[in-house]
Amino acid sequence: MAGWLTCGPGLLWLTAFVFLPLVWIVGASFLTRGDEGQMGLPWTLENYRRLAGWSELGFDALYPQVLGRTLLMAMGVTAATMVAAMPLAFFIAARSGVWRAVGLGLVVVPFWTNLLIRTYAWQILLGAEGWLAQTARSMGWLAAGETLYPGWTAVFVAMFCDFLPFMVLPVYASVERLDASLAEAAADLGASGWQIFRHAILPQILPGVRAGAVMVLLPATGQFVIPDLLGGGRTTLLGNLIQQQFGPSRDWPFGAALSVAALIVLAMALIWVGRKGGLTRAGEVES
Amino acid sequence: MKGWRAVGGALSIALYVLLWAPLVMVAVFSFNASRLGSGWGGFTLEWYAALWRNESALAAARNTAVLAVASTAISTVIGTLLGYGLWMGTRQDGRRSGGWIWAERSLQVPVLIPDVVFAVALILWFGWIRQSWSLGEPGMLLMVLGHVSFQIPFVALVVRARAARLDPRWVEAARDLGATPVEAFLKVTLPLLRPGVVAGALLALTLSLDDFAVSFFLSGPGSTTLPVLIYAQARRGLTPDIHALSTLLLVGTVAAVWIGGWWRPRGR
Repeated sequence: MAGWLTCGPGLLWLTAFVFLPLVWIVGASFLTRGDEGQMGLPWTLENYRRLAGWSELGFDALYPQVLGRTLLMAMGVTAATMVAAMPLAFFIAARSGVWRAVGLGLVVVPFWTNLLIRTYAWQILLGAEGWLAQTARSMGWLAAGETLYPGWTAVFVAMFCDFLPFMVLPVYASVERLDASLAEAAADLGASGWQIFRHAILPQILPGVRAGAVMVLLPATGQFVIPDLLGGGRTTLLGNLIQQQFGPSRDWPFGAALSVAALIVLAMALIWVGRKGGLTRAGEVES
Repeated sequence: MKGWRAVGGALSIALYVLLWAPLVMVAVFSFNASRLGSGWGGFTLEWYAALWRNESALAAARNTAVLAVASTAISTVIGTLLGYGLWMGTRQDGRRSGGWIWAERSLQVPVLIPDVVFAVALILWFGWIRQSWSLGEPGMLLMVLGHVSFQIPFVALVVRARAARLDPRWVEAARDLGATPVEAFLKVTLPLLRPGVVAGALLALTLSLDDFAVSFFLSGPGSTTLPVLIYAQARRGLTPDIHALSTLLLVGTVAAVWIGGWWRPRGR
């Protein structure tokens, strides 16, 4: 009883400013856009039809393309951070004492610095006059007309760096708890390097990898600052589309429908995680 | 095995370089006399002086500080109660009834939701309230409400983790000695929870300083924050004083993380 009482203010607050707005966004996605962008009746499925590609002029693949591209980008970033996080997590765990804290701190600090700063820094680092682009050009990796920024390369690099700590921290938490005797036993029994990793190590760090995957995939689905600042207007993802509906286009009901698409990804990921035993264990690294 | 270790080490160093290159570049450029920033033009503090004269940057810094402090204060109180309550509830019920599981799981939603979706949900929600009762203009008040909403779950999760290490006999002893539940909470539980509360508050503070999406959508005229200002500058073209501003923000963040790390071992 006392538990519910102390929880009261928090749960009420979250209900008023998180859960009810999320329910309302679903409701708003079925409303009609008025002449001045305001929302109103009648109820309609029009926003979802547009999302699926129907328009007044027939089929238009633009919105389905953006949806597919967003999922592809989010999954690509998730996969890339997953591959990169494992060696880094083992590297940190192999240090001892102060160096381990330093290794971890060097991942945590960029994670806490403002995303906007890191993003505009990539504008300069990858810019045409930057030494990276010039080096790439002189080595012949980059054709004369091509640039690293703006474009998909810049968006991917920045998103990879932005989300890498989200993956490294939970994976590291799993690696730190790793029972090395299992790997030794596997080695004694004649397992190859790959077999040891696959059967004695990977199952142990899987909870951390899974938590990391969720923590990268979901925010990446809605990321809009990075494509906005580094894509040069040529790279539209779901987040940009949502932002436009609440900015210049002023079409709130359609923006709500786009947000529901992102919420569906969130719901599926939460159900998947719930089946696998929840995030709590791997999430402990944050506390 | 040896070879793999070397490859892993080299890869790790490369990843550290990727993570730090943007930050180092911003810090170096804030002292670079060359305005265009394509090469090193000598050391200068000119951009820090320019920043000091930049009215809109100072106003944004003020707004950011007000927003961060106000939202952290509110969310620390509410989040601490929530985290402690969740721990009590799950402990007393023993086998964890469905209500508690749902209450705990619901905290994951604001943590994992893409920030743009959360911001947009708030715009729609406040827009509807504004239509119905004509209150809730975009501005500082709505920004504080929004920030507190994403901070509460983080504070609650940190405090809950700390509460799990609490010995319930301390509270029982206080109650046996005649303390009311409120007295026992304030005089026994809260001091024991303090490291968790401080860590949660620091987390909330950094989250608020780092936020762009919620502030971007909910800010009104005159309540621009530093990240929103940097965004506008990055779209229009950067002036070097933004490097100086960002460097100061970076130093502040490093300090906050460092203080957070310094607090934690004492709590354990």
